[in-house]
Amino acid sequence: MADLIARWQVWKRDPRVAWSVYAALALLLAALPFIVGATAGNAWVRILASALLYIMLALGLNIVVGFAGLLDLGYVAFYAVGAYCYALLASPHFDLHLPAWLLLPLGALVAGAFGALLGAPTLRLRGDYLAIVTLGFGEIVRIFLNNLDAPINITNGPQGVDRIDPLRFGSLSLAKTHSLFGLDTPALYNYYYLFLLLALLVIFISLRLENSRIGRAWVAIREDETAAAAMGINTRNIKLLAFAMGATFGGLSGGLFASFQGFVSPESFTLIESVMILCMVVLGGMGHIPGVVFGAVLLVVLPEALRYTGDLQNALLGRIVVDPADLRLLLFGLALVTVMLLRPSGLWPSPIRKREFAAGE
Amino acid sequence: MEALLSISGVSKHFGGVTALDAVDLAIEHGAIFGLIGPNGAGKTTLFNVLTGLYAPDAGVFVFDGARLADLRPHRIAACGVARTFQNIRLFANMTALENVMVGRHVRTRAGVLGAIARNRATRAEEAAIIARAQNLLDYVGIAARANELAKNLPYGDQRRLEIARALATDPKLLALDEPAAGMNAAETGALRRLLERIRSDGTTILLIEHDVKLVMELCDRIAVLDYGKKIAEGAPREVQRDPVVIEAYLGGALA
Repeated sequence: MADLIARWQVWKRDPRVAWSVYAALALLLAALPFIVGATAGNAWVRILASALLYIMLALGLNIVVGFAGLLDLGYVAFYAVGAYCYALLASPHFDLHLPAWLLLPLGALVAGAFGALLGAPTLRLRGDYLAIVTLGFGEIVRIFLNNLDAPINITNGPQGVDRIDPLRFGSLSLAKTHSLFGLDTPALYNYYYLFLLLALLVIFISLRLENSRIGRAWVAIREDETAAAAMGINTRNIKLLAFAMGATFGGLSGGLFASFQGFVSPESFTLIESVMILCMVVLGGMGHIPGVVFGAVLLVVLPEALRYTGDLQNALLGRIVVDPADLRLLLFGLALVTVMLLRPSGLWPSPIRKREFAAGE
Repeated sequence: MEALLSISGVSKHFGGVTALDAVDLAIEHGAIFGLIGPNGAGKTTLFNVLTGLYAPDAGVFVFDGARLADLRPHRIAACGVARTFQNIRLFANMTALENVMVGRHVRTRAGVLGAIARNRATRAEEAAIIARAQNLLDYVGIAARANELAKNLPYGDQRRLEIARALATDPKLLALDEPAAGMNAAETGALRRLLERIRSDGTTILLIEHDVKLVMELCDRIAVLDYGKKIAEGAPREVQRDPVVIEAYLGGALA
């Protein structure tokens, strides 16, 4: 096994091998909705699309928690800001129908501004205290959305905003079935492809940031804020930048979510959402981008897959002993606990962190 | 010649305790200036006030001809004061090379857009950061450990890495807080040669140190703090013979 790994290490450095792997991966991702749609049904394509949304969210939170080490429990607020930004400006609610090419970046930008705004009062706080304050912010945003239907109806309160415009770029509407190379791509598939492109963009930006002057400054603050300041890092601005960058990704996913669902309400942005996104980051491997992507996919797919325990029970025991709906969250919770006990640095930590963990034992 | 750093009337209180009491110091360009005193005399507090970690209650810092008005740590680092810490404060989970690269932050410019676009200017800057960091690791003698995590380095190498990281900020004044603490005689000797080399390469050094032999051999000038007050200042020989200093260290009965 060790020999095989060593041989792979040499082999994968060959650029031809790397490009072939990328090409195969690209082909697989492009074909995935057709494969999954034909075998498991379109419900699973929808799950894949939402996994892509969560990849963007998790990578955004990873900048704040994984890189800069700022424990943020209210991250879903930025998802909400992005979603409502799109929903209010592209729906019959205000009878505004601004174009998507404007609204998606706008939602990201507004969420980024909110990130800096919510980050500013927390600059002196660290660890547990920061977590408590950000948790409060997350709830404040949700409660505002819930109550801003009076005296002037802005958010339409708990009923939410419906009939949100689907994404449309010029004459290209994602809500219509398109035909390409003889293959029909229904709306769901169009969204999948757009989300895939944007998720790849977010991964690319994350990788570039990680390996940069700014990325190093974030990690330095995570490691020792005092020493970082003494080395000339403006800790205030760099922390605000982390909050803003993270929130920008959240806002982008929020806009996509609103157009994809066609409906948003405050219920979608509860504390449990923040916790799930944090779980994706921690479970995958804090600060390690491939790990976080893996964590996001796993935590979207696993709860859905656990709906199918009925078939397994039938096969093994001959009848359904426990209703799968009851079993689902129990198994999910058990899986989380088991993973964190067995792999406390995450399922796929960065090679350096893994080494340090081995050294620590 | 005007001093590189002159401190006048700096005071700092913590509740009822006076940690620094109207301290005046002047450090000449190119000097190695020693700051000694019994434990709790206020030496590290002076460092923390100088580098912006604490706000002074009174006093003025004039550095390189200009008054330090903005006393936030990163502004002071930008002015050219770099420091190490008594209890080593490296970025533990970054490699030795990355630690030094962080030190270049204050002298480089690339922002978010540059990082994402990775345009020619950013690539050139990044390459320069890496080259400079590698040079500095070589300069302090730990180039072979560039890719090891800071926390896995031996103690003496961690001290050297802290010096390399501080030098990466291109300081005019390097403030070292007990760099020889916990070192054996051979390591201390190597440290002494390193500090002499740093001085001869043009960086002024302010040194807190308990190793009397090292201080006496290395420093051009020494100031002694006791209970937050400067009780003596002068050349090493004079300070060593000063009865006030002897009393502070050994107690009144023996003086």
